Amino acid sequence: MKAQGEAAACVLDSDDMRRAVSRIAHEVVERNRGAEGLVLVGIHTRGVPLSARIAEEIAKIEGVRPSQGSVDTAFYRDDVGLPPRVPTGPTSVPVPLSGAHVILVDDVLFTGRSVRAALTAVWDFGRPLSVQLAVLVDRGHRELPIQADYVGRDLATERNETVKVRVTEIDGFDRVDVLSPHRGVLFE
Amino acid sequence: MSDYSASSDHVPAGAMQEISNHPRSLLAMGDLDVHRLGEILTLTQEFRSVLRRPIPKVPALRGKTIANCFFEDSTRTRCSFELAAKRLSADVITLTEKGSSLSKSESLRDTVRTLECMGVDGFVVRHHASGVPARIAAWVDHPVINGGDGAHEHPTQALVDLATLIEKWGSLAGARVLIVGDVAHSRVARSNVTAFTLAGASVSVCAPPTLLPPGIEGWPVTVSEDLDAEIPEADVVYLLRMQQERIVDDPVVPSLCEYARGFGFTEERARYLHSEAVVMHPGPMNRGVEIAASVADLPISLVEKQVSNGVAVRMAVLYLFFAGIP
Repeated sequence: MKAQGEAAACVLDSDDMRRAVSRIAHEVVERNRGAEGLVLVGIHTRGVPLSARIAEEIAKIEGVRPSQGSVDTAFYRDDVGLPPRVPTGPTSVPVPLSGAHVILVDDVLFTGRSVRAALTAVWDFGRPLSVQLAVLVDRGHRELPIQADYVGRDLATERNETVKVRVTEIDGFDRVDVLSPHRGVLFE
Repeated sequence: MSDYSASSDHVPAGAMQEISNHPRSLLAMGDLDVHRLGEILTLTQEFRSVLRRPIPKVPALRGKTIANCFFEDSTRTRCSFELAAKRLSADVITLTEKGSSLSKSESLRDTVRTLECMGVDGFVVRHHASGVPARIAAWVDHPVINGGDGAHEHPTQALVDLATLIEKWGSLAGARVLIVGDVAHSRVARSNVTAFTLAGASVSVCAPPTLLPPGIEGWPVTVSEDLDAEIPEADVVYLLRMQQERIVDDPVVPSLCEYARGFGFTEERARYLHSEAVVMHPGPMNRGVEIAASVADLPISLVEKQVSNGVAVRMAVLYLFFAGIP
């Protein structure tokens, strides 16, 4: 798994991830007083399975499964001049968002740019009553005034490090690693 | 403009390859490999769903300016490119031969360079002479999309047709496509033979010998003159427009009536299609010549579906070729 010149450190294992998702689900229903009017919208790629897990947990707690959608930010990016990206999955929201409480779900919150793009995408489907943000990992280094409402784990990272989230639905296993450029022996 | 517009009406597919091999432009269907084609089809599917939203517009090409240069008349290609650009939030200039300084005999090169100096980020070009988009691509520093040139190529029409069939069947592998009519003068036939072959279909063409281009032996197609024998075998019957305006100067068929008798797709002939087969036409149709008026409106006809896919396909092409420009 290690790229050359990189060291990987596991920061969340599958149990940690399960607990984090479960806690986020509880916080979401507590803050919104139930699951009524909630629409969970996952940001492709790994935000989508994470949003499905949160929806599943909410269904266990409340007995009501919130609606689910997904967004791909390819057409909403601000990095003009980079090669165009082909969407990795469909942007679809099954219910009108006007009057809904939208929970955007992503794996890692970093600069805030993909959340900015996802917000623009969500607005094309109506005017939600509120939009809240749930992320598995907040690694800091924001470039925009965006913050998460629900955070699985706050991680202090260096800018040049990479946070890699793996989920069973896509990668076959659950784990979060921090990959650091090699500076002597840091992890072994 | 005259040095390359002459004698270019019978250019076989691929002959323009040296000039067209311009990675940032889409001049011929052969500029696309299977991977790129797959990207276009995936994007088309996404843009189809964008077009069904309450706000059918995305900011993907915000700040880009596209010059829609239509030096030959067109309804669906011009309008769908224009709408596609607007749905992607690009700014569009539409230029036609009559309304521009070309009618004051400004050279084509000066016209497109002028547009480029104004800050245009890309061009869509339709011209009655084969090779003009490739020529323009050599003169300008931005991508050029061929919107149909002479009897050379019409790649976005071929992409529309592929997207329409793939939307219906999921795949074209093993499908049998029968192209009927004026292959000699048809840019659609040239692009579509390449596209259908790339997608894994087998292609046959059916036309009187006067409407077959020289060099057809080199195309990846089987050739026949007996339409009635071919129809039961076909999954797709693709009818080409009889270019009536050309027949006046160059009588390639004795009369349109006689052509219709031998090669027109009538209701009688439609009965010999198998139950899953479909009929396509790139438009504009000559009802009563290559296609009977009633057949064009039957449920087996995908003609209107082709038109409605036009915008999504052209959004995919514009996004892929123009979104990456600095």
